[in-house]
Amino acid sequence: MPPVKFSKDGRKARDPKKTLLRLLSYMKNYIPHLLAVMVCIVVSAIAQTRGSQNIGNLVDDYILPMVASGSRDFEPLVKYLVGIAAIFGAGMLASFLQQYLMVPVGQGTQKVIRDEMFTKMQRLPLRYFDSNTAGNIMSRYTSDIDTLRQMVSQSIPQTFSSIITLVVVFIAMVRASWILTIVTMFTVAGIMFVTVTVVGKAGKYFIGQQKSLGALNGYVEEMINGQKVVKVFTHEEICKEEFDKLNNELCHNAYTAGRLSNMMGPINNNLGYVQYSILAIVGGLLVVSSGGELLELGDLMTFMLLSRTFNQPISQVSNQINSIVMALAGAERVFDLMDEPAEVDEGYVTLVNANIDEAGNITESEKRTGRWAWKHPHKAAGTVTYTELKGDIVMDMVDFAYVPEKTVLQDITLYAKPGQKIAFVGATGAGKTTITNLINRFYDIADGKIRYDGININKIKKADLRRSLGVVLQETNLFTGTVMDNIRYGKLDATDEECIHAAKLANAHDFIQRLPKGYDTELTNNGASLSQGQRQLIAIARAAVADPPVMILDEATSSIDTRTEKLVQDGMDALMHGRTVFVIAHRLSTIMNSDCIMVLDHGRIIERGNHDDLIAQKGTYYQLYTGAFELE
Amino acid sequence: MIKRLSRCIREYKWAAILSPLCMIGEVSMEVLIPLVMADLYDYGIVMQNMNTVVTKSVQLIILALLSLSFGVASATFASKAGTGFAKNLRHDMFYRVQNFSFSNIDKFSTASIVTRLTSDVANLQMTFQMMIRMAIRSPMMLILAMFSSMRISVKLSLIFLAALPILIIALVVLTPTVFKIFDRAFKTYDRLNNVVQENIHGVRVVKSFVREEKETEKFTSISGSIYNDFSKAERILALNSPIMQFCVYACMIAISWFGANMVVASGNNPDLGLTTGELSSLFTYTTQILSSFMMFSMIFVMLTMSRTPLKRCYEILVEQPDLTSPTDICVTEVPDGSIDFENVGFRYNPNALHRTLKEVELHIPSGSTVGIIGGTGSSKSTLVQLIPRLYDVSEGTLKVGGIDVRKYDLNVLRDNVAMVLQKNELFSGTIKDNLRWGNPDATDEELIHACKLACAHDFIIAFPEGYDHKIEQGGTNVSGGQKQRLCIARALLKKPKILILDDSTSAVDTRTDALIRQAFRDEIPGTTKLIIAQRISSIQDADMIVVMENGYIHAAGTHEELLASSPIYQEVYYSQQKGAME
Repeated sequence: MPPVKFSKDGRKARDPKKTLLRLLSYMKNYIPHLLAVMVCIVVSAIAQTRGSQNIGNLVDDYILPMVASGSRDFEPLVKYLVGIAAIFGAGMLASFLQQYLMVPVGQGTQKVIRDEMFTKMQRLPLRYFDSNTAGNIMSRYTSDIDTLRQMVSQSIPQTFSSIITLVVVFIAMVRASWILTIVTMFTVAGIMFVTVTVVGKAGKYFIGQQKSLGALNGYVEEMINGQKVVKVFTHEEICKEEFDKLNNELCHNAYTAGRLSNMMGPINNNLGYVQYSILAIVGGLLVVSSGGELLELGDLMTFMLLSRTFNQPISQVSNQINSIVMALAGAERVFDLMDEPAEVDEGYVTLVNANIDEAGNITESEKRTGRWAWKHPHKAAGTVTYTELKGDIVMDMVDFAYVPEKTVLQDITLYAKPGQKIAFVGATGAGKTTITNLINRFYDIADGKIRYDGININKIKKADLRRSLGVVLQETNLFTGTVMDNIRYGKLDATDEECIHAAKLANAHDFIQRLPKGYDTELTNNGASLSQGQRQLIAIARAAVADPPVMILDEATSSIDTRTEKLVQDGMDALMHGRTVFVIAHRLSTIMNSDCIMVLDHGRIIERGNHDDLIAQKGTYYQLYTGAFELE
Repeated sequence: MIKRLSRCIREYKWAAILSPLCMIGEVSMEVLIPLVMADLYDYGIVMQNMNTVVTKSVQLIILALLSLSFGVASATFASKAGTGFAKNLRHDMFYRVQNFSFSNIDKFSTASIVTRLTSDVANLQMTFQMMIRMAIRSPMMLILAMFSSMRISVKLSLIFLAALPILIIALVVLTPTVFKIFDRAFKTYDRLNNVVQENIHGVRVVKSFVREEKETEKFTSISGSIYNDFSKAERILALNSPIMQFCVYACMIAISWFGANMVVASGNNPDLGLTTGELSSLFTYTTQILSSFMMFSMIFVMLTMSRTPLKRCYEILVEQPDLTSPTDICVTEVPDGSIDFENVGFRYNPNALHRTLKEVELHIPSGSTVGIIGGTGSSKSTLVQLIPRLYDVSEGTLKVGGIDVRKYDLNVLRDNVAMVLQKNELFSGTIKDNLRWGNPDATDEELIHACKLACAHDFIIAFPEGYDHKIEQGGTNVSGGQKQRLCIARALLKKPKILILDDSTSAVDTRTDALIRQAFRDEIPGTTKLIIAQRISSIQDADMIVVMENGYIHAAGTHEELLASSPIYQEVYYSQQKGAME
């Protein structure tokens, strides 16, 4: 079932021409296809017109002469019909080829755009995801791409075909009778006037319909998601009332919009008949009054049929233009995403497997050795130096702001030696998470320096930098797949044993084994079947299997009970022995054994030291610890 | 299934009946019109009789206008019936969901319920409208046009009959093949969207593990199979229109040949046989008959496609809420806040081997404060969710105020048992709106009082709009601790006999936590309070503390008793107290 599209109430593209050209540029691989399609369209338009003229020719050139002369010689008629059959055959073939050839064009363009968009999305900086909601990004993959495909594979060829048909029919009409052509122009103008009026009115209600549909769907989503709260508060009746209100409003708007758009068919059709009658009267008068001089009987007949063929493409074009305008707005949103500046990465220091001998000499290795080194090429000298990866992190007078005028971090200086556990404490918004986001370069600092094993992290390739950092976040995101797949996400070539070992370290092994299919249990919907705590345990196992020299734990155990947390902590401490750990935790009990605790307030480090130092200082940490202060 | 859904038509029955009736009128006009056109031609134009031309033209215009009115009426009724049907269907489904118990909701998952209420209903609305319009129009058109062409010439009409089998064969062969491919492709579509969604939500994870390429690979491979499936299906569909054209063209040529012969034989005399005007009408009928037949196939395809949403909506409508108020006499007053678990056992799924709660025996006197602690997965939440009958016990009895909870009117019970869930939800609207969920008639003073109790007043008045501060959907614009305190205030406004806090102060600092507990003691001494917490400090001074472990009550007693007897309690206590003692 195609997802129902909730178009963004008829918004228009800012620069339709540019968007259209760009969209067309995606089709340039298909130029031979498109040329062939155009030929096919012309052929089938001619065949169609020929079909409408058939009756006139038949009557005028064959039947009436034969009736008049009493001749029984059917040979010319046979010849004529064979000719017509050939044209029809060509028309059929053309219309098949047209559709067949358009398939790869439409689907192919769609695939290329979709893949390009996803690839681009993967390269976008986090800032983009901060400022765009998931629903907003998502709709580009669903409704926008779909309207695009429709436009490429249907609207554009159909518009083209309609225009060709219009031209062909128009020529045929003028040839049959120019007087009647003029009359037709008037009637067509009349019909178009009615149509445009109705369409315009329908458009207004259509926007209303989309709005109330959005409101209703939003309400349903919110209430169903909070259904358990609704039940606990026995709020069902009030929900029903509110729902009915929105539902009735939608029904009213949808009714008017639907009514007007349903009417379009009968209006076009029947006004076509009225036009036909007018032509019959005018044409009849012309034939009778001029005795066939101004207009022949057969021509009149042909003309009348042609006039009906003429109306169809006109209403088609007006319909298609509507959907093209909508599709272009969608295309623009897709291109907007593609045009977002990607994450910049001018880093050139890379992470390599290394062999380190007793003398401390480092050599690069093809295979995984369990030890790593930074490979630092020096362009000027043409040499390469290696630095062992240890996990030594230094921040030197770092400033940072998400938006230029609002400083989040100021003068942050810290030293994390390999093997140390550094903790951050502070209220929400104090900048704890931001510091860790700077270390893995989710965001780039405004001022100051961050050094990793003595190397400015701006020089390190982002992918390699991140590979050397393990991160466990408070918001756990698991992927569709088995539990094992999810743990292996940390290290793609990990064996089952490695994954199970990691799960044991994270104290996740026990509960995983109790799942219906153990490690092969399928997780969907971000592991909805698991408790928040269990999901965190899997996320910890996932980071553990990666076995990184530096680990960042951002409220990683917030949903785990204190006893289990203690077990996890012990496991992590064993794993991280000799490595650097950054911890953000709510419960002070988790961070008390840190080598250094930084108390952050409004983006500044206001206190630092180990637990005992800070308690002795009787400052903010002391107040937090004794519960005199709120940690939010 | 269809029967249950068609009950949603209700007050729109007349519209649903009138729409096809008007459609029949419209179709009859459309079939009559070619006949008049033939007369107009034969008797008027060919005979060069202007009077006839004018009268017949006027007739034609009248018929067209009649047809137009029928068409407009039919369009109106169809829209009325269609949107009305959708409205009622949504209404029925939403009301049904409101009656769902927690386990009903768990069964469907909220995301799936939302889809059913939104896009599935929209799909059915489209199908329904099409049914009352097109499903009437095409067979009517087929029959009437066939009949009229028979009246003109039975012999020539036989040509249509020859064409139909070709179309039927094409439909029977093509449609199911295409449908199967589409069905598969749409499922792949869901997978694709799922990947996108996971990557948007999990962008930090993807980036930290440097898995961008792996995810892109996954995406392109799914996108590739969509390409293949859709291309295949569309290629097959491309056969559709040439087949249709073949039939139309073949009929035209055949009619041209035989028709010409017959006209020549009759000398174009209406009294002797076929005329040129009639011949031209036959051409119109050719298109009408064959295109209405094609329409048939479209209707067929749409009907098959709407099977899935139909089933999904139906499932909601017939899902029996497994928790209802007792049908006979129900207790409408909760005497007091005492709670008695008598050998209670619980399993989420009747077929599950594993029991979530086992042999729970617990007696809580009214007005006491009970703390519950236990590890992740020890079923603390499950235990308290049984009290307001969010789930029913599987074994044993649970009594509130000395009466089995299953004997209470559900609303009465839940109004007296306020619960702050672990997964707090605030709704879009002002703080006041959210608070009034607890009591719609609460005065401003009452709101403020409750907020003061929950230590929420101070931060609320710090907002520029104070109590009128707008909360965004999901409560994303207040901090975790603020949200928790708002939820507590909301629960307090119910003035419940029993108040349950399921880990509801985890984000609140210990001092505020203590203040809230102090307020509970002073202000609502008569209310039974159940507090699930991770921090021992939150429950230390409770009248009774229950330690849960793997669905059992491991131990129960006061802080001092447990500290003396329960190894688990000791372990938790010391792990949290370490350092503070120094």
